[in-house]
Amino acid sequence: MLGALIIVFREVIEAGLVIGIVLAVTRGARGSRAYVFGGVAAGALGAGVVALFADALSQAVAGRGQELFNAGVLAVAVVMLATHNIWMARHGRAAVSGEKSFFALAVVVAVAVLREGSEVALFLYGILASGETAADLFTGGLAGLALGAGLSALTYFGLVTIPARHLFAVTTAMITLLAAGLAAQCAGFLQQAWIVTALSQTVWDTSGVLPDSSIFGRVLHTLIGYVDQPTALQLVAYVTTLAGIVIATRLATPRPAVANVHAAAE
Amino acid sequence: MKSSRILLVAAALAAGVGAAVAADETSLEISIKDHRFSTAELHAPADKPITIVVKNLDSTPEEFESKALKIEKVVAGNAEITVRLRPLKPGRYHFVGEYHEATAKGELVVE
Repeated sequence: MLGALIIVFREVIEAGLVIGIVLAVTRGARGSRAYVFGGVAAGALGAGVVALFADALSQAVAGRGQELFNAGVLAVAVVMLATHNIWMARHGRAAVSGEKSFFALAVVVAVAVLREGSEVALFLYGILASGETAADLFTGGLAGLALGAGLSALTYFGLVTIPARHLFAVTTAMITLLAAGLAAQCAGFLQQAWIVTALSQTVWDTSGVLPDSSIFGRVLHTLIGYVDQPTALQLVAYVTTLAGIVIATRLATPRPAVANVHAAAE
Repeated sequence: MKSSRILLVAAALAAGVGAAVAADETSLEISIKDHRFSTAELHAPADKPITIVVKNLDSTPEEFESKALKIEKVVAGNAEITVRLRPLKPGRYHFVGEYHEATAKGELVVE
C-alpha cells in the first residue's frame, strides 16, 4: 500500500504544486476560481481519455505519438505561462478582471493535471485489472492522490503568507522558472523521439546526490526545473525560455504602471 | 511560441530522420510478463543507434523508464512500444518498469 501511495504521490507532485502556485497567483481576483477549478476538471477528464487511448497514442506518428503529445502539451504550457507573465507585467496586479490571463493559467493547470493524471489513471487501472490485493493498493493510490491535494493546499497557504507587495514578485519569478523547466522537459521529449538529435550529450550527472525521481527531486524538478542528467539541448531550452520571458516581461512593463503598482501596494 | 515552432519543424523532419538512421541500427526486443522483464539483460554494440521494442504481455499497463537512457514511455497492457536510442558509449544502462519497480528491472549492456 505504501508503494502505491509513493508512486501516485510522485506522479501527482507536479500537478499539485502547479495548482497551488496558480491559486496563489490569482488570489483575490474575482472570478478566477472558476477558471482554476475548471482547468483541474478539464485536465482530469482529458487524463481519463488519454489513459483510455494510451496504446493508440503510442502507436501514432510511427511510434512517436507519446513523445510528440507530451512535447506539444508542454509547449502549450510554456506559451501560456509566458503569456500570463507578460499580461501581468502590462496590466499590473491592480487590474483584477484579467480573464485572458486567468484563461492562460487555467490551461496551464489543465495541462499539468492531464499529463500527471493520465499516468495515475493508468496506474490505478492496472491495479484494478490485476485483481491481486487490489483493495490495499487502491487505497494506497487514493491516499497518494489525497497527499497531492494536500501539497496543493500547503503550497497555496505557504505562498499567501508572503506579504502582498512581495507576493507578486515571488509568483512572477516562480512562473518564469516553472516555464523554463517545462521547456527543458519539452526538449527532452523531442530528443527521446529522435526528432531533435543535436546537443544530446549529458551535461552533468547528480543522480547519485539528488535523483530527480525522489520526492524532493520531484519538487525541485517542478519548481525550478531541476534535472539530474540534463542534455545540452535541455539546458539551452531552459536558459532561452528564462531569458525570453524575463526580457519580454521587462519590455511589456510600462514605466508609469510600475510606479502605480508600487504605490498601490504601499 | 519558440517551442511550438520547433515542434512544427521537428514534426516535418521526423519521417526523414527515421529513414536516415534505419540503415545500421541495432534492433532489440524485450518483453514484460508478470511485471518482470524477460531477458533482463540486453546487449548492443557501442556507437550505433539502437531501437528496442518493448512488448507488454501483461494485461496491466507499465511505464518503461530509464534515467540513464532518458526514456520515459508508457506501454499499455498487451501492447508494444518502440524506444529509440542514440548511439551510446560502452557501459551498463539500467531501466525499470516504473509501476512495478520492485520486480521490473533490467539492464542494457553496451560494449
